[in-house]
Amino acid sequence: MTAALEVRGLTTRFATRTGHVTAVNDVSFSVSPGRILGLVGESGSGKSVTGFSILGLIDEPGEIAAGSVLIEGEDMRGLSAEAQRGMRGRKVAMVFQDPMMTLNPVLRVGDQMAMAVRVHARVSKKAAWARARAALDTVGIPAPDERLLSYPHQLSGGMRQRVAIATALLHGPAVIVADEPTTALDVSIQGQILAEVRRLADETGTAIVWITHDLAVVSSLADDICVMYAGRIVESGTAEEVIADPRHPYTRGLIQSVPSLHEPGRKLPQIPGSTPQLSHLPSGCAFRPRCPRATEICATDPPDAGQGHRLNLCHHPLGAA
Amino acid sequence: MSGAVHDVATTTGGTLAVPSAAPRETRGERLRNFWSDYRQSPVAVVSLIVIVVLLFISFGAALVTPQDPYDLASLDWLDAFLRPGTEGSGGYVHWLGTDNAGRDMVSAIFYGLRTSFVIGLSAGALALTIGVSIGLTAAYFRGPLEAVLMRIVDLQLSMPAILLALVVVAVLGQGVGQIVAALVIAQYAYFARTTHGAATVERGKDYIEAARSTPLPTWRVLFRHLLPNVMTPLIVVATVQVASAIALEATLSFLGVGLPLTEPSLGTLISNGFKYIHTDRYWLSIYPGLFLMATVVAINLVGDQVRTVLDPRQSR
Amino acid sequence: MSGFLLQRLVQAAIVVFAMSVIVFVGVYAIGNPIDVMIDPGASAEIREGLIRRYGFDQPLWRQYLMFVSNVFRGDLGTSMIYNIPVTSLVFSRLPATIDLVLVSVFIATVIGIPAGLYAGYRPDSLGARAIMALSVLGFSVPTFWIGMLLIMGFAVQLGWLPSGGRGDVGTLFGIRTSLATADGWSHVIMPALNLSLFKMGLMIRLTRAGMVEAMSTDYVRFARAQGLPDRQIVFGHVLRNISIPIVTVFGLELGSTLAFAVVTESVFNWPGVGKLIIDSIQQLDRPVMVSYLVLVVFLFVLINLVVDLVYARLDPRVRLRSGRA
Repeated sequence: MTAALEVRGLTTRFATRTGHVTAVNDVSFSVSPGRILGLVGESGSGKSVTGFSILGLIDEPGEIAAGSVLIEGEDMRGLSAEAQRGMRGRKVAMVFQDPMMTLNPVLRVGDQMAMAVRVHARVSKKAAWARARAALDTVGIPAPDERLLSYPHQLSGGMRQRVAIATALLHGPAVIVADEPTTALDVSIQGQILAEVRRLADETGTAIVWITHDLAVVSSLADDICVMYAGRIVESGTAEEVIADPRHPYTRGLIQSVPSLHEPGRKLPQIPGSTPQLSHLPSGCAFRPRCPRATEICATDPPDAGQGHRLNLCHHPLGAA
Repeated sequence: MSGAVHDVATTTGGTLAVPSAAPRETRGERLRNFWSDYRQSPVAVVSLIVIVVLLFISFGAALVTPQDPYDLASLDWLDAFLRPGTEGSGGYVHWLGTDNAGRDMVSAIFYGLRTSFVIGLSAGALALTIGVSIGLTAAYFRGPLEAVLMRIVDLQLSMPAILLALVVVAVLGQGVGQIVAALVIAQYAYFARTTHGAATVERGKDYIEAARSTPLPTWRVLFRHLLPNVMTPLIVVATVQVASAIALEATLSFLGVGLPLTEPSLGTLISNGFKYIHTDRYWLSIYPGLFLMATVVAINLVGDQVRTVLDPRQSR
Repeated sequence: MSGFLLQRLVQAAIVVFAMSVIVFVGVYAIGNPIDVMIDPGASAEIREGLIRRYGFDQPLWRQYLMFVSNVFRGDLGTSMIYNIPVTSLVFSRLPATIDLVLVSVFIATVIGIPAGLYAGYRPDSLGARAIMALSVLGFSVPTFWIGMLLIMGFAVQLGWLPSGGRGDVGTLFGIRTSLATADGWSHVIMPALNLSLFKMGLMIRLTRAGMVEAMSTDYVRFARAQGLPDRQIVFGHVLRNISIPIVTVFGLELGSTLAFAVVTESVFNWPGVGKLIIDSIQQLDRPVMVSYLVLVVFLFVLINLVVDLVYARLDPRVRLRSGRA
């Protein structure tokens, strides 16, 4: 079965006053239809830029320097700008973090969704509204006709995010990239949205890339996990494998610092130091300054110590000798 | 919030650590950073040089010009309407020609420039003082005082400056003091509005709360703590307003409701030259106009660049 | 919505009232109107008669009330210089000013907004930079100076256009206007262009700033992620968003244009109300001064009111919030 999304060797960099900054460094992963991939990392790890790169939304002064992004086997990078635009919204869609900002405040919800329908489908306005209504139904929004006539500011945060997800589903894309979609929402609403998304992936067979810094969210939602640090994927595997048996010291640090995955009453460990600046990365392993297991050899690029889908970029992986 | 702290004496004889309003970087560093950013635009640097030169020649007019155009004794009406570049009866070349009374245009322009600068700068300074005080007071004391003050300011802002100036001149008559009053009334509202806006953002911050909880007198909190942090947008507004004041005064004088003929500014000179616009004697109005344009445009360009540099959205 | 409207109306009324008092008191109380309006050489009898007729023997507040009641009756006093009622004087000159302002506003909008849109869409292009540079000139260089240059260039040197005056007036839709004749157009085009420059500069800058800000918002990114082409994004999404502040400024600047017409009318000898006020200030024709100023303030407040209402109507966030409250 062809993967819905396959990313190979993606490298995205930005030109700055002091030279190039590589935000995404040789990133590879794949997502099969109906699977949810959690892309986890702190801010500055390159996860959002990865998401934008998949959609081809990188503007000056950034550029995708290398690699390929295959949506159902078709390489986005090989397409013309016009053809890329045709893929966006249709084969691959994106949901952003703050729905108040992603929906145009002066247009009705229905108008915006209808515009999104009609850009890829030659249908009448009436038909477009009907499709929008159906999409709202799919994501579980009550009284969809009223919602279509409302303006974004009249809806609650959770409702707006559902509208954004519904918009992403309008053309039945193979892949949806969701960039921290629940970070701006209440925890209770978060739970609802997560359940909704899980259901959608199962029912529609859409592959979902869920970008987040919140490991707790990912542990309950995702099928597979990729952990990013300083622009590279340092560990990947299925969700059970990565959470229960982390191999990379950074992953273990992340897991240990999540309160809910811990016994109450115990001191909460934290990863010392702070996220590195991409313009000032140390040589070799980027995690070296903060790693309790670092030795001299870590000054050279770490090899992949894992096997198959279980990637692990470390000289001294956990669980080994 | 800013990190730096200094000691303040309390009434009971001890000291209290109060967060300073001073920024983290030293003054010198800030100035140097500002200048290196400012230099990014060659146009703005040239404008700054132009302004400095204009200030020199206007305030040093007595030293630089061959003639004092206000000294009636030095004028000879036989020298009237000399073309630019011809020599007059005084034995020197009139580089920009002479006007209908035999005044050397160069001298008249430099003196006129001085008048324009003096009026523009003093009106600007006065408008700034009044506007900033009103804005700070409104933001600090809040409540009905703030509502009333800012309502008045808003209403005034919605009226065009020239209209306000005309009203003041209609009511007070003509003259130097009246003109300055007209300009101040037309312009203080911009300062008040900007200060109020910035102060409203600052007043909620911790260091103001901390300063208020100490026995510092109110005016000190206002001027030594709140004001320095509100300075940034004010500098931009101030440059633009000075240019605006100069232009407004020139317009009023041109219309004949501005400065009296005994204190000609560039506007008056242009107005004088306007009478001869249909003849070949272009130099009576073109040159004063060029200087006026150079002054106003240069100040605006400097203000533009200052705003770009100080814009917090474009921090490095 | 109606509560909003009422609130605004009350505020507007207060402003007009306050300004009328200020102007009235200022003009009539400061300086001695009696000596100005009545020839000092007149006999004592005539003086007494005139004083009583003009009401100068009454306390100031009574004079003001007389003034206000006169205003409501449509009587704004009589011009001392022209000796005709101020109302007819003003209304005879008003059409000329309206002609000028209309053409000027049209020019400013039709050129200003598209230029600003382009400058904001491609902010680093050569065209955009040129447009921005010209816009600085537009609103910083004093209007009267540019007017003079225009006259010197097109009228005196090239002889293409007349240098002043209004030219022939024709009738269009039953209104006497300069725009109905070719000669009228040749007279109005330079002053209108001159008057439009300030507003054009502002429109360009405002539109550009709105575009630049809008193009970097999340909803534009979201629209791109949906696959919308740029053209549709600009005209379907962005334009709706930035039109709100643009319309607001447009309306407010309408009043400004009216005020600046004073300058342009003087430079081009255009027989409108603007020139009237300048003349009346110079000649100390007080009835005209007071009436003109009160009239203009009234117009202003009216325009602001309309703009407020239009803004509330256009921005759904304001409209629906005030309606529900």
